[in-house]
Amino acid sequence: MKDLPTVPADAGGDSPASPSNQVAPGKLMATLGIAGALAGLVIVLVFEWADPQIQAHRAAALRAAVLEVLSEPVSYQSLYVTPSGLSATAPEGVDTVTAEKVFLGFDEAGDPVGYAVTGAEPGFQDFIHLIFGYDPAGGTLLGMLVLESKETPGLGDKIFKDMNFVDEFRGAETPIVGVKQGRATGAADEIDMITGATISSRTVIEIINHRVEALGADLEEHAATSPRAPARPEPVPVDGAAEADPVDVTAEGGEEGS
Amino acid sequence: MRETTPREDLIRGIWKENPVLVQLLGLCPALAVTNTVPNAIAMGLATFFVLTGSSLLVSLFKNWIPSEVRISAYILIIATFVTIADLVLAAVVPLIHKELGAFIALIVVNCMILGRQEAFASKRPVGRSLLDAVGTGTGFMIAMLMMGTFREVLGSGSIMGYSVLGENFEPWIVMILPPGGFLTLGFILLAFGWWKERQTETIRVRQWPHGVASGEEVA
Amino acid sequence: MGELFWILLSAMLVNNFTLHLFLGLCPFMGVSAKVETALRMGLANIFVLVMTSVCVWLLNTFILVHAPYLRLISFIVVIASFVQITEMAIKKFSPTLFRQLGIFLPLITTNCAILGYAIFNTNRGYDFLQGLFFAIGAGLGLTLALVLMASIRETSETASIPAAARNMGLVLIIAGSLSLAFMGFAGLFTS
Repeated sequence: MKDLPTVPADAGGDSPASPSNQVAPGKLMATLGIAGALAGLVIVLVFEWADPQIQAHRAAALRAAVLEVLSEPVSYQSLYVTPSGLSATAPEGVDTVTAEKVFLGFDEAGDPVGYAVTGAEPGFQDFIHLIFGYDPAGGTLLGMLVLESKETPGLGDKIFKDMNFVDEFRGAETPIVGVKQGRATGAADEIDMITGATISSRTVIEIINHRVEALGADLEEHAATSPRAPARPEPVPVDGAAEADPVDVTAEGGEEGS
Repeated sequence: MRETTPREDLIRGIWKENPVLVQLLGLCPALAVTNTVPNAIAMGLATFFVLTGSSLLVSLFKNWIPSEVRISAYILIIATFVTIADLVLAAVVPLIHKELGAFIALIVVNCMILGRQEAFASKRPVGRSLLDAVGTGTGFMIAMLMMGTFREVLGSGSIMGYSVLGENFEPWIVMILPPGGFLTLGFILLAFGWWKERQTETIRVRQWPHGVASGEEVA
Repeated sequence: MGELFWILLSAMLVNNFTLHLFLGLCPFMGVSAKVETALRMGLANIFVLVMTSVCVWLLNTFILVHAPYLRLISFIVVIASFVQITEMAIKKFSPTLFRQLGIFLPLITTNCAILGYAIFNTNRGYDFLQGLFFAIGAGLGLTLALVLMASIRETSETASIPAAARNMGLVLIIAGSLSLAFMGFAGLFTS
């Protein structure tokens, strides 16, 4: 077994006990300080170059997700979840990137087509993150998309690979009831769970049910105000945006984190 | 120890002293992200970049870094390159960046890189250090490719997403799961060990055809 | 409270740091020949992990909010310095303890488990308590994997293994079997 590289006793750079009488501690700190400053400078420069692209990727991913789960919206607006309901402007002191949001999609005529809601809960292996489209008028789902999953390949990953399972969520009534294969009665609120991936499919169903339970009232309340699409800004070509991607018409405009 | 030639510096890391397959360094990324070939290649390239860049800088500045703080300085240089690699990957290939996840940052503690700085780049001129880094980096890439191909072919029946084993192949899922990583490298090493044993056997038999007296190894 | 225990047990069993997340393999391969050394390495790791959880929380909450891209460098510097200081402190205050586990501490600095922990902690946005339980679970999982591997290796010393297989390849195959076994813990906790 080869020797692992050993770290000498003064790896931290400041060891009062070691008899390093050749080099003054000041020089050691200065060397590290200068090196650190240079390193920091280089990193900042690269960050300045990379950050816009990273943000653009995030925004594009969000746009694609919203397009997928709502019925082909033309534009969408981010709404912040606050204790008193949904609000188009961020509440005081809340970071716009990490705040909890739902997304309201609009069609060509400016009419709302549904709300896209995200949710995450522990599945079989690790957390499952998903987004789903919801129509408060009938309490029905418009679509479901798994954003992040570490479920077992070949089994649990069918929650996003098995298109039959995914399509079942279009038009399903909430709260959803998961049924094992072969026991479906054809009711609108039933979803066939995947054989061999019971826990993963059940988690997907529970995420949706829990989120609808938590936000359903707020969504209904907001829908009752008959929201209309805000005036669309001049479409700005964004890197990586496809023709069909909906335009973000959030009040603040600008970059949106996912 | 006699002085090594430039050619030796370059070739050494590729096979004979391959960092992963022989020295068993840098195992964390080798096992974690070799479940598909694209991931393996991306990680190999990122590590190659960090290794070459930091060897270059360490060798350039070796006379200005006091011995007492050299490890900290090396780590600082390596961490800078890793951060750069992380940002570039996130900006250019976000999907792969997501797959590699935290393991890009873990290139920093890849013992292979720190080992090369300590053993070579800090003592040798820039040109030689570069050759050594390129050789070691290439060896690492080869090991990653080997493992990635093995795991993806058996675990998904494909290479780079293209199906190579046909419709009826039932993939061995375990190969793309964590145990598969361990087993793959384990079998590769067992194969090497077996091959090496055969070589020494042959030499032993050749030298003493009447049989080995006390089982002493010749090689 | 249930969530905290999920975090701990998940890190220890379901997503074991060594057998599932591939962190901490250097000590796993190098220090797992004897149960006693494995146990000591594991305990040293738990200690460093717990202290790191505090440092990471402090860094993330107060300093790195302004410069997220300096995260990696800050973590490394803090971990290295901390291990350095700890080693000096142990050396001074308890020479016996230092003799027993002191040599492991510098190795822990380049141990991907510690840095990996810091990164996962940050990515998942854990707060102080969650981070702490995550650290304990990770450390326990590491120790568990180390000790299991060491006991198997100790037993296999006297087994009749062909000469061609007496190398690290066998250790990895054993690790693979352990990893397979630990996969049985998946699905242990669901909400």
